[in-house]
Amino acid sequence: MSIETTSAGILAVIGLMTLVTLITRFGGVFAMSFVRISPRVESFINTMASSVLIAIIVPMAFSGDAGAVAALSATAVVMLATKKALPSIAAGIVAAGVVRYFL
Amino acid sequence: MSDSIYSYQLQPQKVRAEFFRLLPISLFVVAFGAAFGLAAAQTGLTPLETILMSGAVFAGASQFAAIDMWGTEVSVIPLLAVVFAINSRHLLMGASLYPMLKHVSPGKRYGLLLVLTDANWAVSAQEYQNGRHNLEVILGGGVVLWLAWVIGTLLGVYFGGLLQDPKSLGLDMVLGCFLLAMALGGKQSPRVLVAWVVTALASLAAWKWLPPNMHVVVGALAGGVIGYFWLDKKPADEAVQEELA
Repeated sequence: MSIETTSAGILAVIGLMTLVTLITRFGGVFAMSFVRISPRVESFINTMASSVLIAIIVPMAFSGDAGAVAALSATAVVMLATKKALPSIAAGIVAAGVVRYFL
Repeated sequence: MSDSIYSYQLQPQKVRAEFFRLLPISLFVVAFGAAFGLAAAQTGLTPLETILMSGAVFAGASQFAAIDMWGTEVSVIPLLAVVFAINSRHLLMGASLYPMLKHVSPGKRYGLLLVLTDANWAVSAQEYQNGRHNLEVILGGGVVLWLAWVIGTLLGVYFGGLLQDPKSLGLDMVLGCFLLAMALGGKQSPRVLVAWVVTALASLAAWKWLPPNMHVVVGALAGGVIGYFWLDKKPADEAVQEELA
């Protein structure tokens, strides 16, 4: 099924994208309201929560250029050393900029 | 017993504080929004349509993917499948907030989720790992991130040429670095580290061999399985007490 990109068609596509995205925002919470939160389930969702971040970042590092790798490495080192988020992020951005300037 | 079954009260002052706390990262979101606005304008969307999409969908990666699939016609089912796959991480993010969200009324609960996105969720999830309950950042942070995304889109549509090459300045890495800082700022135990190794391997395998855009969900669920079978002693006791209370 395709929709022509006339103005009515585009509005329909935007509406459908909004609906699908809303389902993803609401769906996890809605499903959880039927689950009894046992210690095991609590442990599952807590571990999953920090794993979401790793699952976003690791493929980003592997598919990215040298600048991306430098940025993530610099952020990791500064964060582990200082536990302060803003300096870590700044170090990452600077590292990406510097590496890309020279490569 | 408390006088209300919903014990979590959102504090307006804290919501405002979280708005300003995520203001710095939002400035970078403006740059992403500008990149999207420019891309959408070049694809042929009108300014109104572009801003409507950013305001209503509010999910950057999936919007870029949609623009990539644009033509004189749009194949609706493949487009929506891609949007769903990219945004399916929201399912897990929302689920992870449920232990806090169950303490607010359904109206507020789903209202907060309207502005759920990576950055405000990452802050809330990290604080939860460290024993603090913070739903205010979902609302205050979500509103400032939404404003930044829409304003950025607007700037990109009208002044897209201003930011020629955001990549050379490293701006494309802001969100990745932010999320990494949040992950490393959380509580780390041997259990978490094992889960991360499993997550990293599973997400890379999914990225390499499964259809595109499934790696986040596959990796995160694999990490969650470690948590399911390997319980930390103390949180388990707390959870039991909470059930008895």
